[in-house]
Order: sequence, then structure tokens, then C-alpha cells
Amino acid sequence: MDKSTIKYILKRLAISVVTLLVIVLVLFLLMKMMPGTPFNDEKLTETQKAAIYAAYGLDKPVLEQFWIYICNMLKGDFGISYAIQRNMSVSALVGPRIGVSFGLGIGAVIIGTIFGILLGIVAALNRNTFWDTFATVLSVIGVSIPSFVFCLLLLILLGVQWPVLPVLYNSSNPLQSSIIPMVALSMGVIANVARFTRSEMIEVMGSEYIQLAEAKGISRRHLIFHHAIRNCLIPVITVLGPIIVGLMTGSMVIEKICAIPGLGSLLVKAIEVRDYNVILAVSFLYSVLYIVVMLIVDVAYGIIDPRIRLGKDEA
Amino acid sequence: MAKIVRNQKDFDEFLEGYHMMPQDYELIDIPERFDHDEVAPSSTFMHDVWVRFKSNKGALIGATVIVIFLILSFLCPAVSHYTFDGVDTAQQSMSPRIPGLEWIPWFSGQSGIVQYTGDLAGTYHFFGTDVLGRDLWVRCWEGCRISLFVAGTAVLVNVFIGILYGMISGYFGGWVDSIMQRFQEIVNSIPTLVILTLLLLVMKPGLYTIIVALILTEWIGMARITRAQVLKIKEQEFILASRTLGASGFFIIFKKVLPNIFGQIIIMAMFSIPNAIFYEAFLAMVGLGIPAPQASLGSLINDGFKSILVTPYQVVIPVVILGILMLSFNMMADGLRDAFDPKMKEM
Repeated sequence: MDKSTIKYILKRLAISVVTLLVIVLVLFLLMKMMPGTPFNDEKLTETQKAAIYAAYGLDKPVLEQFWIYICNMLKGDFGISYAIQRNMSVSALVGPRIGVSFGLGIGAVIIGTIFGILLGIVAALNRNTFWDTFATVLSVIGVSIPSFVFCLLLLILLGVQWPVLPVLYNSSNPLQSSIIPMVALSMGVIANVARFTRSEMIEVMGSEYIQLAEAKGISRRHLIFHHAIRNCLIPVITVLGPIIVGLMTGSMVIEKICAIPGLGSLLVKAIEVRDYNVILAVSFLYSVLYIVVMLIVDVAYGIIDPRIRLGKDEA
Repeated sequence: MAKIVRNQKDFDEFLEGYHMMPQDYELIDIPERFDHDEVAPSSTFMHDVWVRFKSNKGALIGATVIVIFLILSFLCPAVSHYTFDGVDTAQQSMSPRIPGLEWIPWFSGQSGIVQYTGDLAGTYHFFGTDVLGRDLWVRCWEGCRISLFVAGTAVLVNVFIGILYGMISGYFGGWVDSIMQRFQEIVNSIPTLVILTLLLLVMKPGLYTIIVALILTEWIGMARITRAQVLKIKEQEFILASRTLGASGFFIIFKKVLPNIFGQIIIMAMFSIPNAIFYEAFLAMVGLGIPAPQASLGSLINDGFKSILVTPYQVVIPVVILGILMLSFNMMADGLRDAFDPKMKEM
């Protein structure tokens, strides 16, 4: 890595920190303005409510609360839950769900990438045949139809019509109950990766170094596996970033549909019951994930393909 | 270099200097064959676009489906004697029954909770009814119309904001551009999910909340495309010429730059309509849907999903409509992109 790359990464990190602070501040202020409170028991009198607010430090000025929150956050303390599991620390509430959501997402990315690359390469090598048409049609469908549509259709087919897979998530058998959501989530990934791999592979196969290798008499298998695929896979890695970001939104609905105890369903529930600290922590987590993925992708572009200069405007 | 043969004299000269082998070829009567120059009929840019668009089968199918859906979504709620909010508890969860198609098990009306017997023997609910006995045929097309309205409005506003932001940022450059770009970067690094969460916190669910949510999340893409296009066009000679002649900034932006980036903007807008339809459905699924009794495709899916095990048709039908609609918009947008910019066409 040269100097300008490091400078670029530092600049991006600085922007990221500012962004995260802005996100937390805006969320914080909005939650103070939001109607409703996490303490919705009708039996509570005004004095009792005031006492609860004082006990949780919610009676202090907003900016002071914000400052306390940030200081605690830097120590790794995200506060406690007010409503979902009263007085349980948010880290303990969120912690086990991270694994579930990430497992689902990573599974979908792995399945999608493998099948997408296979499909793309097969399509590119058999241009204008049945496989090519099949891959093109599949990728148009996969790109345009949202993952929850696939999820619902799969549920009806494999859960209701021919009940081979569980409809709802069963935490004692996570593998079997993850199949439908994972497959549904991976459809979009397959489509995107296949589309990209195909056009990349066609470009590589038409390039001069492949012609040279062919002219030297290398066998077709060696040519494809050692010369073509390697070069077409590098750019494919870079499209995974936006795909992962897209999965975050899709998985929230999928988690709701299949009743998966993940981050998305926790966020939805926390919003419903106004559990301030949980909303903040989950949103913060999503933002960090998003920013990190975007940063890795941008840096990866530059490292993998040195022709792309980092730190310059796209103009 | 070969001499250009224009007329008989040229040809005779050419023949004089050329020694033909006897078996070379046979001379035919040539005189006026070299004389005319064919003039290709001139055609405008938009005409070319139309010709290219017409030749794309997928795009035509997409456009046709969209038009059919639009007509159905306006016609059906108006013509049918059911209304989208007419609750009838005597007709709860009746399954689809279409006259003439009763031999297909899906449309026979056998699998619902209330059967088509007795007083109801003569009624037909093309898409069945929901748990409150509302006719789903009318509700689905009503929902389709609302979804399209939401998506269309959001995209229109986005195009407006995006063009304005992108053109100001791109054309003026300098510190204006810097500030606008930093702002855009910060907004862009907030995930969509979090922006939507913010809205869930402060606004009441409703048609306009959804439109605001879509605008807040989607304008950046439009602004970015516009800016990139403006930066490209700005450097060209005709802009320099215009400026030399003393044209003002706003004149150049709206009269010279805007017409040249319009194709790109139309493409971008077409691609963001299916996106907006998706986000509307997404919002309905996470609890910021359009409130009952109004219907959108997202809220229909969300309602139907609650009884997926008993009456799966209540969720399958809106899901299939949503899928077809998004597919059609994507195919049409693909076609438009290829038509406006054949160079961009994928290999």
C-alpha cells in the first residue's frame, strides 16, 4: 500500500466516525421527541414515573444524556433494555442474535457466489445456447424480484403444499430451518454474480493473452481453469460489497416472515415497544457494518486493480 | 491509392490502365451503376431510440404488461360492484372462483373457509376474499394502483431533487461542490434501514410517510448520476461556446446541459420505480404500511401472510402481481437503457 492509499483510508475513517456520531445524535434526539415511553404501565403514578426516569438517568438534559451514552459506548456498554427484557444489558440481548443474522447472511453470500459464478461461467462458455438463455432469464428474474417474494413462494411450496421443511424458525434445529431463508436470500446474489461473471468472462475470453495461450496450443481445460477463470474472478469479488449491503435490508423482512430471532426482528420489535437503547444499539451495529463493508469494497477496488486510483474524485 | 470511379470517363480510364486476364470476369452493362449516391433518410435521436426500443422483445413485453396492469388497476375498482373497503362477514376467506375457469383447482372456489353454497352459489370472487370478507380482486388492483402511485410520485420528486442537486453541485464545482459532496457522502453512509427506522419513530404510517421515506433514501442515486453526467458535458466545446457568447449559468444549465443528460435520467428513473415498489412492500412488512382499510401491494402481502397456512392464495396473488410488476419495469428499463445508449449494451 502506498502513501496515498493510507491517506485515503484515514480520510474515509474520519468521515465514518463523524457519520456514526451524527447517526447516534440524530437517533437520540428523535427518540426524545418520539411520542410514547417505554414505561407503559397504567398503574404507574406520575411520581413513580419520575422516579423511574431519574433511576435510568432519563431526566437529565438531552445533550448530557448523549454525552453519557457516548462515553459508555466507548467502554463497550450499550446501556440496558427498558421494555423487551427489563434491566437486561443490551449487549447480552443483541449478542446471541448477531450470530443468527450473520450466519444467515454469510450463508446466503457463499451459496449465491458459488452458484452465481458457476452459472456465469457456464453461460459465457456456451454463448447463445440454452444455458446462456437460462442464465440470462434467471438473472433478470433474480435481480428484479425481491427476496421475500421467493421466501413466501418457497414457504408455500415446501412448507405448506409439500411439508418437507419447517415454516417457522426452530432454534433447536437451526440448519434445517435456515434452508428456505438462505436460499431465498441467495437468489439475488446468484443473479447479480452470474450477470457480472458472464460479461467479465466473455471479455476475458476475447482478450489477447487468451488468444496467445490458445495459439501456443494449451488444452482448453487448462486455458479455462488456469488463465481465464482466475482473471475473471478478481472483479467479481468487488461486486460482493453492494450485494452484502442489499442483503441487510432483505434479511429484515425474511427474518420477520420466518420468525428468525435475528437483529432485524429485534429492531422491529424494539421500535414497536419504544426500547430506546436497543434501537440505538442495533441501528449503530447496522451502520458500522454498512460503513465497514463500503470501506473494504472501495479499498479492495484499488488494491486488486491498481488502475483505479483511490482518493481521486470520479470526475 | 485506388482512384475513385465516378462516371463513365473515369471507368474508361480505369479500364485502359488495367490489364485484365481473359478469364477475370465478364463485363456487364455498367453505365449508370456508378453514378448514384444513396442518401440515407435522416432520422432524429428520439426516432432511433424508438426503433431500438421496438426491436427489444423483453422491453416490449414489459411495457405491455405495465400498460395492462395500469388499465386493470384503474378499471377494476371502478367497474366492479364490490368496493375495496366493503366488509362482508358472511363471505370471509372465500377462495378464488372465476367463471369458466372452475375446472382449474386453483380457481374452483373449493378450498376457502366459507364455501360458495346456498345464497352465495351465484357469486364470484375472482381472487377470493380476505379474512374480513373484502373482495381481493378489487383490493389487489386498488393496491396495485396505490403502489404505482407511491412509486411514481416518489420517483418524480426524486428526479426533481436529484437533478437540482446534481446539476448545481456538478456545474458550479469548487467549494459548493465540496460541501454538497461531503453532505451527500455522510447521508449516503447511513444505511437505508436506519433512515427508515428514524421515520418509523417520528411519523405516523400513511401514504405520504411512505413517499417521504422513499424520497429520503433514493434521491442520492439520482443526484450522483446527474452530477457525473454534468461533469462530463461541462467540458465539451458547445458549453464553452455558449459561455463565450455570454450565456448565464442558469441558461447553460437548463437549456444546454439538461437536454443532454435527459436520457440518462429517464433510464435511472425507470430503474428506480421497481426499487420504490419494493421499498413500499418492505415498509409494509416492517410495520410502516399504509393503514387499513386502504390497500397497497405491500399491505396486502403483509395481511395475507398472517393466514399463509390456511389460505395461501391471499398472499400468493399479491406476491405474484408484485413480482410480475417489478420484472416488467426492470425489463423495460433494460430496454430503454440499450435504446438510449447502445454502447452500454451488455455483451
